[in-house]
This record gives sequence, C-alpha cells and structure tokens, in this order.
Amino acid sequence: MSTPSQTVGPFLSIVLPWPNGPAPVLEGTPGAVLISGQLTDGAGVPVPDGLVETWQSAPDLFGRCATDSNGTFWFRTVKPAALPAPDGTVEAPHLDVSVFSRGLLQRLVTRIYFPDEPAANAADPVLSALSADDRALLTAMAQPDGALRFDIRLQGDDETPFFAI
Amino acid sequence: MTYRADPPGTHPPYDYPDYGSTKLRHPRRALHVLPQRLTELTGPLFGTERVREGDDDLTNDGAAIGQRIVVHGRLLDGDGHAAPGSLIEVWQANAAGRYAHAADRWPAPLDPNFAGAGRVVTDADGRYRFTTIRPGAYPWRNHDNAWRPAHIHFSVFGQAFAQRLITQMYFPDDPLFFQDPIFNSVPDPRARARLISAYDDDATTDHWALGFRFDIVLRGREQTPFESSQ
Repeated sequence: MSTPSQTVGPFLSIVLPWPNGPAPVLEGTPGAVLISGQLTDGAGVPVPDGLVETWQSAPDLFGRCATDSNGTFWFRTVKPAALPAPDGTVEAPHLDVSVFSRGLLQRLVTRIYFPDEPAANAADPVLSALSADDRALLTAMAQPDGALRFDIRLQGDDETPFFAI
Repeated sequence: MTYRADPPGTHPPYDYPDYGSTKLRHPRRALHVLPQRLTELTGPLFGTERVREGDDDLTNDGAAIGQRIVVHGRLLDGDGHAAPGSLIEVWQANAAGRYAHAADRWPAPLDPNFAGAGRVVTDADGRYRFTTIRPGAYPWRNHDNAWRPAHIHFSVFGQAFAQRLITQMYFPDDPLFFQDPIFNSVPDPRARARLISAYDDDATTDHWALGFRFDIVLRGREQTPFESSQ
C-alpha cells in the first residue's frame, strides 16, 4: 500500500524554492518562452502559499515556482515537441503541471497547451476528450509581448480542468 | 508500462470539511482521466546536484536545541523496488513547534541553530538518512484547541511524474492524532498507519541520538498481461 499524500502546508518555502527553479532554460535560449499566471481560490482570492511545478519531455525540463503574495507564478522554458503515443495518436506540445498548497491534501494535476499549435491541439487525444470550454482553459493565452498567460483557478467559475493520473 | 492506481482510501479527498482550508481550495468538478503517456511516465531525476554537504544534518553540528534524532528509511515502489538516486526534501518546526518562516506567528522561541530544512539523495538501495531534532507540536486555528501532532514534511520525486508525492511523517503513539484533521483525512486506517514512523533501536546511537524509521512507498507498476501470467 502506498504512502498517503498530505498537504504541503503553509511553510513550504523553507526548503522547496530553488535558485533558478522557475527557469530551467537561460534567458536568451532560442525558443525560450515566458509563462506566467495567478493561482486563485474559490473566492477569487490569490493563493500566496502555493507551489506550481512543471514537467515536460523532449526536452526533459522541470520547473518549480512558489507563488508570491499575489498568487503569481512564472516559468521560463522552451516549448516541447509533439509526442507520438503508442495508440497512433500524437499529443500536442504540453507541460504537465502539479499544484500544491495549504488546503490541498494532495496535489492537483493539470496541463498547459500552447496557443500557436491549433492543428496539433485539435488532434490531441487528451484535449479532444474535453469540452470546448475546457480546451480553452487548458490553452495558455498569447500576450502582446510574446509571453504566455496561464491562470490556475482551484474552484468556481472557470475552474481549471484537473486530471487524475 | 504504467503506474497502477492506488486503492480507494489511500489518499485524502480534496474536499474535507474538517480541515477548513480545503473549503475554497478544492475543485468542485470531477477530475478528468489522464492516460499515462511519455510525459507522465518520465520525470525529473535529481541526483546530488541539488544537495550540498551538510544538508543531511539539520542540527548545525549538534547545536540545535531539542531531542536529537536520526530519521532513516527506504524509498520504494509498491512492488518493493528501490528508488535509487532520488531527491528527498524535508522541512519541519523546531523543538518548540515554531517554523523558521516569517508567516509563522506562533510566539514560541526560534532557535538560531535550527532552520528546519534538509535534503538527501537515496543510495543504490533507496536508503536515506538525516539527523535532526524532534519537532514540537504547535497550535493552529482550524478548530477549538487545535494542535498539530509533531511531524516532518517530506517531498519525494520517485522515477516519474506519476509518482510525485508530498507527505508528512508522524511519530509513534502521538496523543494528538485523534483531533488532527490532516492526519485523519486519510480514509483507510492501514494507509494512515503508513504515515507513522517507528522507533528503531538499531538506529539509536548510544549517548547521541534516538532513531526513527520511515519507509516511503510510491505507486507500483501495472503488471503487463505477460508478467501476470507467469
């Protein structure tokens, strides 16, 4: 039997934030993309004691960012490649995301998809199983400066779609 | 190869009213099923690059105030396979039940020799070991006369994104378990028992430190039809 999950609690920043944790690639890396967002609760209030982690394959990159007093988190990474799946489908470029915070007794898992991949997103087997609203919520929004925005809402209207894996 | 689902009751629910902070932080919509493919079946494999010398001693060479203890164990998957070379991060309150964190308002004394942060990497057999002091219990505002049982926070990666786990280790026979909603949020009592370390006389060192053992078990692998027919 597995060890159960427990909440990360309010004091995770004693050890979990790392130097350069949110930035697995250096500034100026070809293809580097900045992704930022806000973690909010069911009342729309920012979550200032959360931790957001990203994981991607091809290339393998891990990001970790504690939220600040405004619930804001950010990552600098590169868009991963599309991934052929064993069943013949192809997964669109995506990041897997873990969300931890006080009040979350286990992590929440979601995904970030990229707005400049409409054809790949349309063929993605995970997105294809979801409603149009959910597909939109899982796709980061392009900002005028070229950065991407991806907010995570734990509860309520426009609640982020979360996954069981 | 994929990772099998843990039996129902192994992990806490997201919505657990006894723990007030879940109220506005649990999703109200059902989770979608995410098939395990390459991203979920791989994960960050941290070795020693995130660990500095001395990160396995939280006591500042024995100067921290409190009952000195050694905490050790193995990181395993549900099939008994060791997870070698895997990063474990720990954090905890000091002996008075106070975290070295600006947001901790409990006015118990801080200990200048205790920051409460540690990092270790499992060896080839999945073993880890660190030296610390036994943390104190502390009050919180969840309910009337609420006290958290003494605990150490653990963050582990395992071998894949699907195995990522953050948990808490407790101490045997803690009298505060009965009123703690975080501990009791785990539905299955056998799973809850996995959160409690064991006193370990073999790890107890004469005139130095008490030993406690805490094995961490991550999700095991789904058997393939071929393997299950053996």
